[in-house]
Amino acid sequence: MSLLPFCEWLASTRGSIALHESLYMYPIVESVHVLTLCIFVGMSVMLDLRLLGVALRRVPVSEVTDRLLPWMLAGFVVMFVTGLLLFYAIPIRSYQNVFFRIKVIALVLAGANAWIFHAGVHKHVAEWGLGRTPPRKARLAGAASLFLWALIIVCGRMIAYNWFDCDMKPRPLIKWAAGCVDK
Amino acid sequence: MLLPFFQSIEASALSKAISTSSWAFAVIESVHLLALSVIGGAVLMLDLRLLGFGLRRQTVGEVAREAQPWLIGSLIVMLLTGAFLFVSEPIKCYYSTPFWVKMTSLALAMLFTFTVRWRVTRGETATRVRPIWLKTIALVSLLLWFGVGAGGRWIGFSG
Repeated sequence: MSLLPFCEWLASTRGSIALHESLYMYPIVESVHVLTLCIFVGMSVMLDLRLLGVALRRVPVSEVTDRLLPWMLAGFVVMFVTGLLLFYAIPIRSYQNVFFRIKVIALVLAGANAWIFHAGVHKHVAEWGLGRTPPRKARLAGAASLFLWALIIVCGRMIAYNWFDCDMKPRPLIKWAAGCVDK
Repeated sequence: MLLPFFQSIEASALSKAISTSSWAFAVIESVHLLALSVIGGAVLMLDLRLLGFGLRRQTVGEVAREAQPWLIGSLIVMLLTGAFLFVSEPIKCYYSTPFWVKMTSLALAMLFTFTVRWRVTRGETATRVRPIWLKTIALVSLLLWFGVGAGGRWIGFSG
């Protein structure tokens, strides 16, 4: 199943064209998207480093999650909405961009990792949260989160480059991964 | 006055190497962004605490001590990668208003962070400072660092 027809329809809508062609709105939306990194990923990194036992070692893990999670969630909502708007402005090129596709996969994995952590080892945080070095499962969740968010940031930045765009005649593997279609 | 200096940087081998490479700028930029999330977390964690949010059960001094190594570490990475980005296109920067906004904000932000904010948040000092001043310090810090970030993003949109 290809989402290309949907993206083509999206690109033809008035809002998409207006956002794409706007002089200020697009840069503003993108700036908000990038700067919210500081709130969402910034807080997330602090939690991950705590889970790895290298930062905030004297602060109980439950307090880090309780006190910082609302800020992370607020930051995430802003990142997600502005991210959707950025996609809405340039749907076809984004959909056929390998970095965008890797980013989406990494986002899903980061979500799954967060869910596994909260539904699993974090349920018993009262038992281990005071320790300076959390148990293996919590450390793994922190490391996976750091890796995935770093990948998401780098891929997000690379979407701007057209190295592997369909009209650059990429190699077969890239062509397949980007979902390019011959016209 | 600065223009000849910037021109000589642009003529250097390092500048040419970065600007003619198809991937160097993108890679340095990515590391710059990764460090942005860390410095954002380190700055925000303490400023939120000064405003009365975030890690409220810890003292200002405790949060400051925890944030400090991450702030300094990520700032060093930011300055190094930022310098390379600048070296790759100094003339563009010279004529870019956002670049000068960013540099001015950066100088003020670093000055403020390592003088006023540093002293007030160190050890037990904050307990002797009125909350309204702690909040003011947090707002000034957030405003200055926001200027650095927004200016930085806007260099890419101009010119």
